[in-house]
Parts: sequence; C-alpha cells; structure tokens
Amino acid sequence: MRGRRGLSRSSPRPQGHSGTPWLYLAPALVVLGGLLVYPIYQLGLISFFQYTQAQVSGGEPTTFEGFGNYSALFSDSQFWQVLVATVLFAGACVVSTLAVGCALAVLLTRVRALPRLVLMLAALGAWATPAVTGSTVWLLLFDPDFGPVNRILGLGDHSWTYGRLSAFFLVLLEVVWCSFPFVMVTVYAGIRAVPSEVLEAAALDGASQWRIWRSVLTPMLRPILTVVTIQSVIWDFKVFTQIYVMTNGGGIAGQNLVLNVYAYQQAFASSKYSLGSAIGVVMLLMLLAVTLVYLRLLRRQGEEL
Amino acid sequence: MKLAPRFAVLVAAAAVVAGCAPQTSDNSSSDKDDQSGTLRVWLFQEVGNDPKAKVVDSVVAAFEKAHKDTKVDVEYIPIDTRAQRVKAAFNDPKSAPDVMEYGNTDTAGYVHDGGLLDVTKEFGAWSEAKDTDPTAKQSVTVDGKMYGSPFYVGVRALYYRTDVFKDLGLQPPKTMAELAATARKIHKAKSDLYGLVVGGAYTYGAMPFVWANGGELATAKGGSGGTYTSAIDSAAAQKGIKAYTSLFTSDNCPAAKCAVMGGNDTITAFAAGKAGMAIGGDFSHTAVEAGKVKGKYAVVPLPGVASGSVAPAFAGGNNIGVLKSTSHRTLAVDLMEQLTSKKTQASMFDAMGFLPTFTDVRDAAAAKVPFEKPFVETLAAGTKFVPASPGWSEIDSSLVLPTMLQEIISGKKSVAAASGDAAKKMNSAFSSAG
Repeated sequence: MRGRRGLSRSSPRPQGHSGTPWLYLAPALVVLGGLLVYPIYQLGLISFFQYTQAQVSGGEPTTFEGFGNYSALFSDSQFWQVLVATVLFAGACVVSTLAVGCALAVLLTRVRALPRLVLMLAALGAWATPAVTGSTVWLLLFDPDFGPVNRILGLGDHSWTYGRLSAFFLVLLEVVWCSFPFVMVTVYAGIRAVPSEVLEAAALDGASQWRIWRSVLTPMLRPILTVVTIQSVIWDFKVFTQIYVMTNGGGIAGQNLVLNVYAYQQAFASSKYSLGSAIGVVMLLMLLAVTLVYLRLLRRQGEEL
Repeated sequence: MKLAPRFAVLVAAAAVVAGCAPQTSDNSSSDKDDQSGTLRVWLFQEVGNDPKAKVVDSVVAAFEKAHKDTKVDVEYIPIDTRAQRVKAAFNDPKSAPDVMEYGNTDTAGYVHDGGLLDVTKEFGAWSEAKDTDPTAKQSVTVDGKMYGSPFYVGVRALYYRTDVFKDLGLQPPKTMAELAATARKIHKAKSDLYGLVVGGAYTYGAMPFVWANGGELATAKGGSGGTYTSAIDSAAAQKGIKAYTSLFTSDNCPAAKCAVMGGNDTITAFAAGKAGMAIGGDFSHTAVEAGKVKGKYAVVPLPGVASGSVAPAFAGGNNIGVLKSTSHRTLAVDLMEQLTSKKTQASMFDAMGFLPTFTDVRDAAAAKVPFEKPFVETLAAGTKFVPASPGWSEIDSSLVLPTMLQEIISGKKSVAAASGDAAKKMNSAFSSAG
C-alpha cells in the first residue's frame, strides 16, 4: 500500500498506469490469499460458532455463538494465567536470544578463520536440528537419573522439570539454543557490511567493544535488528514443540502451559475447535499489534524498512 | 502481509452476518441395508499383533462362507493415532469403516458425536448376550441404549516383587493402610527402589483409592440417562485422594520424579526393577515379562480399606461397534456379534490374553492360566466404570484429574481446594456436553 505513494512520487508516469503494479503482484497475491486469507477466514468464522467434534461429524447442529467463545475465554482465569506466562516467557526468550546471537556475531568478527568456522558449524548444527530432536536431547541431558548435567554439577537426582521456573528455564535454554543461530548469522552479515573505516575510526578514538556496539553498530544495524526482533517475538510467542515435548504437554498441573499449547489442548485434545480458534484469533491480533506498534515506532524515528 | 489479516477479519464478519456456517458432515444413518458387498473393519494394532490377526482371520473366513458375495476387509489401525482416525471417519462417512473396535471410555463421546449405531434390539436378541458381565454391558450403554458389543475387559491389580518381599520378610498387604506401610518399609530398606511406584498422571491407578474409600467420580442425576454431577470433592473421595497423594513423598516415591509419571511409566519402572510394587493391568503382563523382573514378581488384587477386601478397579477394555454410516446394517451387526462371540473371545484369550467379557468364558479361562487369577478375582469383586457422559471424553482429554492430583502432590493446592476445582471443571464438562 505504502509503495504506491512512493511510486507516484518518484515516477513521472501518469495515473492511468497505476494498475500495472497490481498486475505484476497478482500471482503472489493469489497464492498469499489462498494460503493465508482463506485459513484465517475459516479460523475467524469457526471462532464465532459452537463447533466441537459433535458438530463436525454431524451429531449436533452447528449454532452461532457470536462472541460466546471469546467471553468464555476471557472469563477463564487459566487463560489469563497462561497469557501472562506466555508474554513473560516469550519476552525472556527474545531478550536472551538477541543477547546471545549479537554477542556471538560480534565474536565471529573478532576471531580467526578456524574458530569462526567451528562456531559457524556448531550454530548451523543447532539451527538445522529439528525442534523435537533438540528438545528430546536437551531433556536427556538434564534427566534426573541418566543426564550428564546433574552428574557434572553434582546435583544428584534433582528434577529440572518439577519446579515451574526451573522447567521454564530449561525450555528457555533450548529455545535460545535453537534460535540464536538465525540472529547470529543475520547480524554477522550486517556487521560485515559496515564499512571497516568506521569501526577503525571508533577503535582509534579509544572506544571499547561495548561502546562500538552501542554507538556505532546498533544504529547502523537497526533495520536488521528490527527484523530479527520481530521474527524472534513471533517465533517465541508461538513456541509449541519445546514446551510440548520438554514439559510433557504443559508441565505438572499445567504450570508450564503457553498459549499455543493451550490452544492445541482446547482445539484438538478436547475437540473444542471453536474455542481453539478463538485463542488463535486472539494470538493473531496480539502479534499483529506488536508488529504494527514496532513498525510505527521505527517510522517515527525516520527509518524505512 | 499486513493488509491480509485485517481484510480477513472483515470478510469473516461479513460472512457471519450473512449466516454462513463452517463445514459439517452429514452423518445421518444410512437407509441402505445391502445384503452383499464389502464390509470394512477397523481393529486396533496391538504390540505383537499376529495372534490377534489369526483369530480374526478365522472369524472372517467363517463369516464370508456363511454370507454369499460378502467380503470383509480388515485393517489394523495404530492405537496412538486412533483418535484422529476415528474423528476422520466420523467426518467423512465415505471413508469410514462399517465395524470398528474402540476403547470403552470413548463410548459416550462417540455416541454424542453421532458416530455409533444403536444396536439395543439386536444385542437383546442375541442368545449369548445374557452372560455378559454387567460392568462390560454398562461400558457400551449410553442413556439406556446399547452402542456395540464388549470385546474384552482389562483391570488393574497389585504387582509386587517376590524376591524383595522375601528378603525383607514382608507379606502382600491386606489393607490400603498396610499397602502404604509396606511401601515405606521397602523404600527404607532399599533406597534405590520406589516402594509402590505411583504416578501423578495415572488416573486409573488413583481411582481405586477413591472408590475403596467410598468415593465416586460422579453421580447420575435424575435416574438413568440423566446428567451427571461430580462427586470428586465429596468427603469420601477426598479421603481416597489423600491416601493416594500421600504416597508421593521422599520415603516412597518422591514427588519431583513421580508427579509426572503416567501409568506406562510406573510399569516401565517396575519392569526395570526400580520398584517394589506397582499397580498394573493384566494387559501389562507382556511388558513386565520382557523386563528385568521376569520370574521375580507376583500379582494380588489391590487391597481395599477393610482387611481382605478388594479395592474396586476401573473396568477398562475395548468394545466393537457398528458405525451409523454403514450401508450394510444387518451384515455389520452380525459381524460385530461374530467378532465378540464367546468362541472368539475364548480364542482371543488364548492368543492375546484379553480377558473375556462373558463371565462363564472368563472363569474357564482363568482356571487355565494362574496368572489371570488375581485379575478375575478383582473383576468378580466388583468394578467401576467412568460416567457414561460425553463430558467424560472432555474431562479425560483436558487432564482434569491428573491436574488435580499434581496440584496436590506438588503442594500448590490442598486436597479440598484441588478437588473442588476439579469438580467445577467436571460439572461444566457434563453440562456443556449435556
């Protein structure tokens, strides 16, 4: 949408041709429409009905509920509890992932070729590992009976998944481990694109590594950091596999539930598809809001993506 | 990207206003009753399925011989993904089988979903049906109508290590209080063993404690077919819950490890020689035999509160039913009866160790195999079944009872508070499924 204004400003062509870009965009829009709009339309539609297994298989008629599913959801104290846990957990994951990813990206630019290659390969290995495999391996490492971590730390048969925070912490480690490579590689590529004279000048002025990062790299890398932050927010807010595998579907008495697992439980385990859809819609709107606010903030600062 | 969802919400709103509804499959019963053709059958794929398949093959061969131009197509479906397969079958009657095996706790849910055919008349007219165990009969009954024929039953009893008991000079416990005391003695003497291995997610291991103390999961309101009200927070039930959850202590089965365990985990621990006692089913026999403890264990009925009594066990097991969408009603019902007949169940017991649902056949079977004796005794002492309400599927799948147990075990809530919350959740499931 925004492109059109840019186009008319920079292009000397008359208004009559404004349909042409849409023509070129049409194939992509059709694909996007089919893959995105239709499922979201269905999601929204289902969330307004009473739609459980009985309705799907024709045992009972489908009834229109209006906002009934939403009010049931919002009056459920567990939903709010899960929502708060999800926001805090996703926030912690994003911050940790970005910190680890950026620190290692800076490290990559400062080490020799061989250690750089090793670090790259290790990171790519973590990146390429499927989430289920990674979670299972991680769980085994921290297993109270057979895990090497407890043996090395001398913790006996301490169970990491029993306490709420310690279970979340364990999952956080796994999430950071499998998502920092994306941040690292992207930021590393960004740093390599920064003219070396700038960095040299800063170093000659006696700036510390932290100072260079803070005052030189961060401003120059802002577009890249924006993309990885939004990506991480979206990924970590939607985390499913790690929680599902590592805390056995939400932890003891559901203490480690996050929204996505909660939605899965409601929609598929309990066959309440309409309630699950309502949770999905709420998540969609929240992520959309986060992204929009973020983009708005950036625009105000004079950046264009 | 940004535009699309906003647009979608608009479209959705417009569609809702227009009165458009999501997809629903037409699962009304078929009027057709073809007397020949192909019957499709879904049975569960067991671990080591060959003996089962052999028995089924002989039933099918006899059936095809008796009915001209009829073919039976048997498919074994994996147990893990059965829920999805069955849902898919209900959603698309064209790809659905005519006859299928299902877990007996799913009966009410499947009936509510509109998937199973009412066979009350045929079952009543069937000469063999009169010997069916009442609990087994209850497990195919919803609102006084029958939706299938019981295939086999499964119950749990107390497995214990004969070598450990001999070492420590212990006797199999006679009461529930003795059970807890014995468990603690074992763990005290052998700290690498759980006394009685229990699981916070092991609902059917916990329920006998509730039932033995006179508690109930739920009580039917207004006679048969009425709605249910949860009774899990009654004083008697709370006593049972307390008895079970008090086993999760460092002197028996530490909460940090045992709170997450389910039924299979406890059996795995017992089979691996990590526990002095475990609550396992007759169906756990193979798993235990395959473990380290082979030849070093025995089974007794789980003791009740009074000395010499047996704690009521949950009557698990599977049924075979006919799908509403079948176009071969008569043939399908006949095949269902053949698959669950006394003869088939007797050979199925020999092949797979599945306990028959006919009392006479079961007694004959138990006389042959001493291992089955405690299980048959448990069945004879009276078993319990889950509420025959479609709400039960929801209660089961949304983990209401494991959550309650885990809340108590981990010290998050008191027995009264946790059972009160569970009762509220159960009641809302009962009423919404109505």
